[in-house]
Amino acid sequence: MTVESMVQAVYLVAAVLFVLSLAGLSKQETARRGVLLGMTGMGLALAATVALALDRSERPVGQTAGLILLVLVVGAAVGTWRARTVEMTQMPELIALLHSFVGAAAVLVGLGSYLSEPAGSGGAVHLVEVFLGVLIGAVTFTGSVVAFGKLSGRLRSSPLMLPGRNWLNLAAVVACGGLLWWFLAAGTAGLVPLLLMTVVALALGWHLVAAIGGGDMPVVVSMLNSYSGWAAAAAGFMLGNDLLIITGALVGSSGAILSYLMCRAMNRSFVSVILGGFGTGPGVAAAGGDAEQGTHRETTALEVADRLTAARSVIVVPGYGMAVAKAQYPVADLVARLTARGTVVRFGIHPVAGRLPGHMNVLLAEAKVPYDQVLGMDEINGDFGSTDVVLVIGANDTVNPAAQDDPASPIAGMPVLEVWQAREVVVFKRSMATGYAGVQNPLFFRENTAMLFGDAKDQVELIVQAL
Amino acid sequence: MRIGIPDDGGPLVPATPTTTARLVGLGYDVSVATGAGAGAGFPDTAYEAAGAVVVPDGEAWSADVVAITRAPDVLAASGPAGLRPGARGPDGLRIGAVLIAQIAPAARPDLVRALANRGVTAFALDAVPRISRAQSLDVLSALSNVAGYRAVVEAAAEFGGMFSGQVTAAGTTPPANVFVIGAGVAGLAAIGAAGSLGAQVRAFDVRPEVAEQIESMGATVVRADDAAQQVSADGYASALTTDQEAAALRAYAVETAAADIVVTTALVRGTAPTTITAEMVANMRPGSVIVDLAAPGGGNCELTVPGERVVSANGVVVLGYTDLPDRMPRHTSELLGTAVANLVQLGTPNRDGRLALDPDDVVVRGMTVAARGEVLWPPPPVAVSAPASPVRPASAVEPAETAPGSRQARPTGAGSRQAHPATRAVLLGLGAVLAALAVAASPADQVAHLTVLALAVVVGFYVISHVSHALHTPLMSQTNAISGIILVGGMLQIGSSDPVVTTLAVLASAVASINIFGGFLVTHRMLGMFRRGAPTDGSGR
Repeated sequence: MTVESMVQAVYLVAAVLFVLSLAGLSKQETARRGVLLGMTGMGLALAATVALALDRSERPVGQTAGLILLVLVVGAAVGTWRARTVEMTQMPELIALLHSFVGAAAVLVGLGSYLSEPAGSGGAVHLVEVFLGVLIGAVTFTGSVVAFGKLSGRLRSSPLMLPGRNWLNLAAVVACGGLLWWFLAAGTAGLVPLLLMTVVALALGWHLVAAIGGGDMPVVVSMLNSYSGWAAAAAGFMLGNDLLIITGALVGSSGAILSYLMCRAMNRSFVSVILGGFGTGPGVAAAGGDAEQGTHRETTALEVADRLTAARSVIVVPGYGMAVAKAQYPVADLVARLTARGTVVRFGIHPVAGRLPGHMNVLLAEAKVPYDQVLGMDEINGDFGSTDVVLVIGANDTVNPAAQDDPASPIAGMPVLEVWQAREVVVFKRSMATGYAGVQNPLFFRENTAMLFGDAKDQVELIVQAL
Repeated sequence: MRIGIPDDGGPLVPATPTTTARLVGLGYDVSVATGAGAGAGFPDTAYEAAGAVVVPDGEAWSADVVAITRAPDVLAASGPAGLRPGARGPDGLRIGAVLIAQIAPAARPDLVRALANRGVTAFALDAVPRISRAQSLDVLSALSNVAGYRAVVEAAAEFGGMFSGQVTAAGTTPPANVFVIGAGVAGLAAIGAAGSLGAQVRAFDVRPEVAEQIESMGATVVRADDAAQQVSADGYASALTTDQEAAALRAYAVETAAADIVVTTALVRGTAPTTITAEMVANMRPGSVIVDLAAPGGGNCELTVPGERVVSANGVVVLGYTDLPDRMPRHTSELLGTAVANLVQLGTPNRDGRLALDPDDVVVRGMTVAARGEVLWPPPPVAVSAPASPVRPASAVEPAETAPGSRQARPTGAGSRQAHPATRAVLLGLGAVLAALAVAASPADQVAHLTVLALAVVVGFYVISHVSHALHTPLMSQTNAISGIILVGGMLQIGSSDPVVTTLAVLASAVASINIFGGFLVTHRMLGMFRRGAPTDGSGR
């Protein structure tokens, strides 16, 4: 029994633990156990890897051990600091940033792998693996950095529309193919094409995500999640390490599934999201200018408080606007007060509300809203008809009846929360501006809809006071 | 422009002081005939306070826009040449005037013809297309609601007992048993009203999908499985087969015999089928009450005489009133007035007092029965939203019709969803072929890795597919933490003898370990926030 075989056995255990961890995350009841299983698996894998690294070390063992310790201390310090201080409204940014780290690590590991065995034992196959690992890693890295920039407001969230952008992407892919050929032919002198490809791939990742608007970020973030997994899997091939392959494949497929679910929730094809530039097609302008929408009715916080007092059932539909206004705490307070009076209050969450899949659920959980009060779209859509008051807080496209009524609308066919069936709808909004999709929302002009303009947080606090 | 509100003789008025103020706010001059609102409890002074001018009846008829509750038959009889400016009644309509009223164009083609001949532009409040945007103009379902409520009030007045069970010093009385046939808008309103008075309510509808709505109003659903239809495509009941009808009649016989009050609202495509036979009435207890909301269409009960109160030989009261909404003039007038004001508002986008309804708007087109000398009824069919839900061919005017506004068809791309399995199969096949080629071309040691990859992908798909929406963010940060496993690759390279490789590896390991620690901790922190509510919570999920 060598160190090597021991390590392989531990890796197997870790891989199983990772699978169990993700399985545990499927339900609230088992989710915490899932995280602990994942941590255990990671701990085991790292311990085994340290042992293997020391065993294989070409330097003095003490030096290697010191470096590893340093790395872990740095990682633990920074990681713990970020995890403790991040606000839940910033969760999308944090996750995008963490994706970029995986991408960066994949690039570095790929380069290191090539440098340590340039014409390695695996021959051409190994070189292809290195090349692909670096390529995926680089795209993930810059893509995630751009996503982070857009989500945190450091970059403009509107799509970047370069002329012929799809051709640019295609050209980048073709260039990478050419560089691969050069790289394979160059043998030991392949560093130049490898670095050139890295630059091209970094630019490609940047451009891919820059062309996608802020509202599509749920899809982009889960897509980058998938990429980061494939980058890890590619590194696994490069290093001949099954644990990396298994883990990478798990993460890769999970991200792919999430992206698919998000796209289905928006009734759009994955390709159209990835190619970017939503809301700028020629058909949209024509459909957007609905002159016959009529007028909207404004209301005040006091009136809304009156209605809520009289209501027996209330549904709150939050959207990205609630996250922006950080209104989840007053909203939770309002809901707790209403619940204490005997009113049935629930939350209806659209799958793509917010900037991250499940973002709203996290925000509400942060504000201590019980999760069994928070329902998904399919669970709650049938109940709007028997609801007295619906509070729409910072949501727009996800409650747009045009998706059902107007076949010409750009969002036609997208499943939406049917809030308009309730007796009364109150929409919290900063102005009459359109939502992400740039589509006017006929909901605002309905007879049973009242608009409450202003900062969502201030308005909700006023309502709480009035109650 | 001037809007005239004449006194059409009935208790209803299509403008209340509140809606009058809205019309004035839209820039119109409003002329209300003396005493027009008296029947609904709105005195002339209230209209004046709202900004209207009270005028003699004839002057109200000669306005540019005339709103009345129901278009009278008189116009048809008086012929096309009978226009007399200043005259009382519909003969006073100006050439080119706009008429807003319930017109019943399907039942009264002569009236529509006469209106067209006179150059009147007529909008029928009872011909609003059934699309969500037009719901605020739709008086039919609003009046059905009123009728259903009033039916219970009439029944309570006739019934010799209390609806709710009472416990008194001198003994207890049981609650009344109310049976409602047909759970359309009127039926549901009747269920709600009877339930609020304390009665035990049972209800039946041939459309199985409304059972949930019946229960949501607090009634018990009467089930007759043999009578149940398929879920209807358009939300309206269709005619029953002979077998279904027999089964439904058996259910009616059992239920009516046990009921104190029967409210019947069955209407199939505008006609009233027989639900209660004379024999069933004979089996009911004396003093029981039947309210037939389908009386305008001939009645569901064989004993019904439209517009009359009839007492059967065994003392069962059968009410066939056709004017139930008129018996609640105040609220019915408010609903009518609001619909009229909404229509005018739709046609006055600039609030300049000039009515300019867009004839190409499907809602406006559907309501227009006559314009520019032409009869425009029936309108072209409206594509509601989904091709699977055809618009009902003819509109009926009776209040009892089943019109669940909530039943907007869902146009989610059923077709595109169905395409998915095929697309998926093609993609899977393509993937399999590519993977097979890749495996065949790889050296032996790579085959093992590829096998592992393929199996892990499959496991990943199965494991993740069951994650609930609410946990997507934790899932993502968890998978993100796990993908920090790339640290393994970095750490193994740290021991390299090449300082460049070591540097790269240290950097890679550092960022990857941030990922691992940050990802796991933040996931843990997030999940710590999710908590279940008190077990008494009604949502029970």
